[in-house]
Amino acid sequence: MSYFISGEKEDWEVVIGLEVHAQVVSDSKLFSDASTEFGAKPNTQVSLVDSAMPGMLPVINKVCIKQAVRTGLGLNSKINLHSVFERKNYFYPDLPQGYQISQYLQPIVGEGIVTLEMSGEIREIGVERLHLEQDAGKSIHDQDPRNTLIDLNRAGVALMEIVSKPDLRSPQEAGAYMRKLRAIMRYLGTCDGNMEEGSLRCDANVSVRPKSTSELRTRAEIKNINSVRFVEDAIEYEAKRQVDIYDSGGTVNQETRLYDSDKGETRSMRSKEEAHDYRYFPDPDLLPIDLSTEFVDEIRKGLPELPDAKKLRFVGEMGLSEGDAEILVSEKEIADYFEDLSVGRDPKLSANWVIHELFARLKKDDLNIDNSPVKADRLGSLLDLIEDKTITNQIATSVLETMWTSAEDPVAIVEKKGLQQITDTGQIDSAVEKVILENTDQVSQYKDGNEKVLGWLVGQVMKTTQGKADAKSVNEILRKKMDSG
Amino acid sequence: MAIDKAKVKEIAKLARMKVADKDESELATELNQILDWIEQLDEVDTKNVLPVTSVTSEILSQRDDKVTNLDQKDKVLANSPSDNSDFYVVPKVVE
Amino acid sequence: MTLTSLTISGARDKLQSGEFSSEELIKEHISTVEKCKNLNAFITSTPEIALDLARKSDARRARGETLGGMDGIPIGIKDLFCTEGVLTTAASHILDGFIPPYESTVSGNLRSGGAVMIGKTNMDEFAMGSANITSHYGPVKNPWYLNDGKDRVPGGSSGGSASAVAANLCLGAAASDTGGSIRQPASFCGIVGMKPTYGRCSRWGMVAFSSSLDQAGPLTKTVRDASIMLQSMVSHDPKDSTSSPEVIPNFEAAITGDIRGLKVGIPEEYRISEMSPEIDKLWSKGVELLKSAGAEIVDVSLPHTKYALPTYYIIAPAEASSNLARYDGVRYGLRVDGSDLNDMYEATRGEGFGKEVKRRIMIGTYVLSAGYYDAYYLKAQKVRSLIIQDFNDIFDRVDVLLTPTTPFAAFPIGEKMDDPVQMYINDIFTVPASMAGLPSLSLPGGLSDEGLPLGLQLITKAFDEETLFQCGDILEKQINFSHQAPYIEEIGS
Ligand SMILES: [Mg+2]
Ligand SMILES: [Zn+2]
Repeated sequence: MSYFISGEKEDWEVVIGLEVHAQVVSDSKLFSDASTEFGAKPNTQVSLVDSAMPGMLPVINKVCIKQAVRTGLGLNSKINLHSVFERKNYFYPDLPQGYQISQYLQPIVGEGIVTLEMSGEIREIGVERLHLEQDAGKSIHDQDPRNTLIDLNRAGVALMEIVSKPDLRSPQEAGAYMRKLRAIMRYLGTCDGNMEEGSLRCDANVSVRPKSTSELRTRAEIKNINSVRFVEDAIEYEAKRQVDIYDSGGTVNQETRLYDSDKGETRSMRSKEEAHDYRYFPDPDLLPIDLSTEFVDEIRKGLPELPDAKKLRFVGEMGLSEGDAEILVSEKEIADYFEDLSVGRDPKLSANWVIHELFARLKKDDLNIDNSPVKADRLGSLLDLIEDKTITNQIATSVLETMWTSAEDPVAIVEKKGLQQITDTGQIDSAVEKVILENTDQVSQYKDGNEKVLGWLVGQVMKTTQGKADAKSVNEILRKKMDSG
Repeated sequence: MAIDKAKVKEIAKLARMKVADKDESELATELNQILDWIEQLDEVDTKNVLPVTSVTSEILSQRDDKVTNLDQKDKVLANSPSDNSDFYVVPKVVE
Repeated sequence: MTLTSLTISGARDKLQSGEFSSEELIKEHISTVEKCKNLNAFITSTPEIALDLARKSDARRARGETLGGMDGIPIGIKDLFCTEGVLTTAASHILDGFIPPYESTVSGNLRSGGAVMIGKTNMDEFAMGSANITSHYGPVKNPWYLNDGKDRVPGGSSGGSASAVAANLCLGAAASDTGGSIRQPASFCGIVGMKPTYGRCSRWGMVAFSSSLDQAGPLTKTVRDASIMLQSMVSHDPKDSTSSPEVIPNFEAAITGDIRGLKVGIPEEYRISEMSPEIDKLWSKGVELLKSAGAEIVDVSLPHTKYALPTYYIIAPAEASSNLARYDGVRYGLRVDGSDLNDMYEATRGEGFGKEVKRRIMIGTYVLSAGYYDAYYLKAQKVRSLIIQDFNDIFDRVDVLLTPTTPFAAFPIGEKMDDPVQMYINDIFTVPASMAGLPSLSLPGGLSDEGLPLGLQLITKAFDEETLFQCGDILEKQINFSHQAPYIEEIGS
């Protein structure tokens, strides 16, 4: 599905590249032994290294290297066996060393690919690189009228910067790419993807060009966007802004912009405007990282099944629809829940219940699947009752409602309330006869060839049996009796 | 002259270091002396030479992912020029 | 004989035999430091700490629990090692009032070996200088002088440490060498200075100047003392990624008194035009002495020697410009208020750094900046490869190199200051080994015609400090340098 912005004379295409900063899941920081835990009191997770005391030196955390390689493999990327930490030099109070230790010319992960499915169309988005670097601290501007306060708890936390190629062509694609990256890293356990806590942030490079052209125009960089929706909104606004500028004969400035989610607009960041000269050079406090192919292979062997492969299996082996499979793999927790549920059960029935019944119920209470009051094993017992025809689908929905607030087993609930399916055909026969007698108008409409009325009549029978009759048998018996009567 | 007064200003700005106006030309002269002398390296053919990455040719030692640094806010802030006991403090930054 | 004129090995033996206590030894050194304040060798003296440590050392010894060769020995610590609870300045205004809440690995190692710090020695600001004239705390005087009324520089950057040892204010000093900062002042002050292989001593807690070059080492009165003191300084430190896991030998045991068959290389490129004839003479004498002790002399060539110094003056300032970015007035040390953040940065760094440090930050910033990186920094790192290759090539054929340490003797304070390049020539013989991370040692070779000390330098391959001590000890005995600084006689220190 193509996305174009209509300008005064022509349609415009938007070109987007994303730089995603993902916090590595690790207990301690990239180069120091301070904790990475979120939410601690200011400056209580700061080591002498993080506060850049004279003579302090960085020592690399081996888990962070592993996590970067794991993520690289998950993004189908080339792992560089030789990579180098460099210093990116600039002055800012939340950067105590006066430089950020990052990777520049030789990152740990090279080119890769992320596959998106946009309304049935497969889009392959290129990953340029992934590198390891330190996070900065936090500047707090609004607590003191005259000063900025600095909290270094985050300073030195390991980040993976994942840079995409300028392959994204719409705000929705950018959003889908972010969601996909997040899902992959959560499957891998390399980033928790918690955007409210800042574990996943993104800078968007946005430019526009007339639909018919292929050269890249000047781009603006929107910094530090911290939600998928804001990524989409910011890009949409920014692309439109640039088209308006070109339409009115102006030129777009290469600049850093900030997205104001309250106003729904981007604006120039004056403080970042001055030309930067980062004076990158290899950090002499650290040697290059040299990995063995055995090390990489070992990590490769330990990779979990990722969303794309899982989806293929759900469709190919379980016979689910593309759409259902896509939904089930979109989050690791959903996939895990579904897989627990579908062991030894009908996959389609399981998928239906997760996607329709469970999701609806969760949505009502504004809950996530991982804090669902009904766990996969209990929902499984309920599905077993459907499969062995103890209860009908319809009854099962109401049992789920009871299970939501009760710790009781579905078997017990069904027993207690006498909700077992009516299997005695005599009982169904009499219910059907009663409905035929009471609805002669509708019966004659059916006989005139209006098939639709059949469904309504089935509903009437279900009502009189309180949903305990099997809809399929009711259907058959109804048809037989009306056709012969 | 590779470096004039304007260049001195520019480098000083990059290094966040005030250089008095009266010192600029002297500094420019000295920096040019040094750079002229350094230029003798142009004689050396380095076409097929790899740059040094480390003099000791060891492999990078890696630490375990352990949190051994417990709260030492007081130590870390002890030398701060400000008397705030929870934060480092700098003049207000406008973003 | 006074207690201050002892060597480390001499004091060690006499402490052990109970001839005097560490407390007595320390007291005499403390009062000598008091008497010799005009040398300006110390930035901070720590007599109370010293006496406390001395008493503890004596108590240990009384229990028969001596910690090793340095136990109870008075030493100076260059003010670039962070010392817990004791002012540490790197001789810079910008570290005003900085009291580290931690102890550097090297000074910590010495302390756990029982050594007694009597104070923090003066130095060139951030170890940038070859004359100890750039210290915020004023220049250091060399205890060696002539009758012309002019004070001589002690060399730098470890000028305070060298002057203190040469004037008998302490028995040894822990110093640091980036391009010659231990060896050159050792040469100027008539003592022994030793820089081990890069990676032998941990850099953790040592204020960084140039990370790929900085290396701690001892300044002492004799070669044997250097071996004893180095033993106490080295360790494999997991807190420094460039610290070497190489096995640490017993350095003093390497002093065997026999160098028969040792191959000594004489690099022709060290015979430079700036060198005075008396240095040439001294060098030749050294060659003869080693030959007579049974060494085999081999002429060798290190073709890229002359490029080491300009290469150094790209790499060291580049690393320094980045290492010194943390001195910004935010977390420690000097802050000069400004109208806004950048103004505060610029005012603090403008006032906090001295002239030479600023000059090097400027050069370093320039050579790393966009458009110049390849031409300067990358080029320098390539030439550095060639310099390392030169050494690798000859250490197949020789065990040790003999060269002069400096091209001239100590000069009067105030001279050679107008042209920075002239000042840089001081380090022309010491920088090449630094560039390659090799161990080297300077020892007194004799006196100049005027009567000032001149040093000879030995260089070995990486991690072969043992050969350095073995050969240095022989050369020291052969030379038998028995002169002492005129200042000692004058003041009776
Ligand atoms: Mg970036
Ligand atoms: Zn980044």
